[in-house]
Amino acid sequence: MSTLVITDLHADVLTEDGPKQILKGVNLTINPGEIHAIMGPNGSGKSTLAYAIAGHPKYEITTGSVTLDGVELTELSVDERAKAGLYLAMQYPVEVPGVSVSNFLRTAKTALDGEAPKLRHWVKDVEKALEGMQLDKSFASRSVNEGFSGGEKKRHEIAQLELLNPKAAILDETDSGLDIDALRVVSDGVNRFAEKGDRAMVLITHYTRILRYIDPTFVHVFVDGHIVESGGRELADKLEANGYEEYTKAAAAAAV
Amino acid sequence: MTTTVDTPNVASAIETVESHLHPTPSWDLEDHAVPTGREEIWRFTPVKKFKRLFDADAEATSLDWAFDVPEGVTVTEISAEQARELAVEAPVDRVAAVAGARSGHRMHIQIPADGDYAEPIVFTATGSGGLARDHFILSVGANARATVIIRFEGSALFAEKSDFIIRDGAQLNLVTVQDWSDDTVHGGQRTVSVGRNAHVKTVTASLGGAAVRLQENMRYDGPGGELESYGLYFVDGEQHVQHRLFVDHNEPHTKSNVDYRGALQGKGAHAVWIGDVLIRKAAEGIDTYESNKNLLLTEGCQADSVPNLEIETGEIAGAGHSSSTGRFDELQLFYLRSRGIPEQEARRLVVHGFFWDIIRRIGVEEVQNKMLERVERELETLEAVKAKA
Repeated sequence: MSTLVITDLHADVLTEDGPKQILKGVNLTINPGEIHAIMGPNGSGKSTLAYAIAGHPKYEITTGSVTLDGVELTELSVDERAKAGLYLAMQYPVEVPGVSVSNFLRTAKTALDGEAPKLRHWVKDVEKALEGMQLDKSFASRSVNEGFSGGEKKRHEIAQLELLNPKAAILDETDSGLDIDALRVVSDGVNRFAEKGDRAMVLITHYTRILRYIDPTFVHVFVDGHIVESGGRELADKLEANGYEEYTKAAAAAAV
Repeated sequence: MTTTVDTPNVASAIETVESHLHPTPSWDLEDHAVPTGREEIWRFTPVKKFKRLFDADAEATSLDWAFDVPEGVTVTEISAEQARELAVEAPVDRVAAVAGARSGHRMHIQIPADGDYAEPIVFTATGSGGLARDHFILSVGANARATVIIRFEGSALFAEKSDFIIRDGAQLNLVTVQDWSDDTVHGGQRTVSVGRNAHVKTVTASLGGAAVRLQENMRYDGPGGELESYGLYFVDGEQHVQHRLFVDHNEPHTKSNVDYRGALQGKGAHAVWIGDVLIRKAAEGIDTYESNKNLLLTEGCQADSVPNLEIETGEIAGAGHSSSTGRFDELQLFYLRSRGIPEQEARRLVVHGFFWDIIRRIGVEEVQNKMLERVERELETLEAVKAKA
């Protein structure tokens, strides 16, 4: 049973001109088995939220707290956060030349579990996870994300989600850049993970189309570094019809 | 700090440049004055360290060569005249000129035409302190296939002149390992001639020594030749490692791919890579790419990386180069760590990955494993330094 609690989270992006505040007080509780969709316009800080929670070096949490099953994540290093059960499916997965997918996955699994996975099962598990994402098993011997298409990178992120089996997952625009077939494959993978029933999941997205395949428990509108409205999937339908304009205008008016 | 130069298509930027970086080859010592360090070809070099290699009058021995060659392969002692006759080109710098004129030992390794050698042919050249000079020539007969490994070990002040003649249609995998003890200074010139439709792969691994400076020249002896030239080097505090590549596309429809990678650590570590490619007027339809990557593992080390393209014809299939020098990629480390991999292990993966692309090309498992061990040793040194800090 995994609960992710974000409390009054403030974070800066570290730029060459100094730190710039992006997150301005995010509050969110994701209970076991819930899928929270966070939707917002470009530049609203959605990805910053994901990166700040995962511990990206370009972002700094200034105040606030993020706990996973009571463990304060903000005090942990990047890898310790993962060990605590956090997983971030990245919008821009990073290429690591010369490191094979299989070596990478085995090293990660070993680090997370504290022991090497049983070889016989592991090879099959990896093949199954790749196959489930319609990635040929030859991907196991390729360098991590190197030469992968945009869609293959995203599917690789979800294959990792299934293999590493975290307690809480944040999916940062996993749907962007996917064609309709890939979107379905990715959604199926996410749903398989959600069906475990006790995981906490945050789905960051710009578009509503992925919500045709993944049923969110809650939908949140994220503007100007915080959540401005929460509701059920009807809120997504409203966004689909009206866009974010109403919210961005309100935020701009509030800023004056 | 990362600098990257990319020239995917230079056909639109044709220029005619005299190949000013390459002095006229000559066997005459008089034509190669003792360098001061101000010359273009010596300006990156700590000439003091090479001083004794410039001295043509000093007494010198040769390295101790050990080998066990398979049937058909011959190793013959030759005279200075014979060596000059066989050589691909005359010396282009003082060290090579001294080696050419005053070698204690000259030999000719011959791999017969059509010979097909699955097992690597291994030579070990060992220094036992003091000045040593060698001029050696490797000839690979037409349509032969072989892997040759030359290992340099021990302690020496070593001046090298070597020539590699790969005849038409032959395939040579040439691995040289500079695995010297810490006090060694090694300078010299290697020249490779790639025959018509021949395929030559060179892997130059410079792992040890106080200073190593190799001029590696490649040219073609007929169209259709293909050259792959890989290098890896580890440079630790106070070491100087310099590779100077010159690929002369003097024949049409020839290919070259150059990829050198190094890791530096410790105060005073200095790597130099010069990558010159000359595409002559006659060299239509050629394809070339050269790349150099340096990983700066700690503060206080320096990498000079200078790729050059001199193009005299517009009719080429492709020409490009890239050079990058930087510290660990933060994003790569973040990505790996976000999957639970601890920082030290993430660094290990990144460094192994960085070199694996070169090491896997060696094609000889035993040597590959040794190189991986060396990568591991570099990482241990790094972690020890980090632990102290």
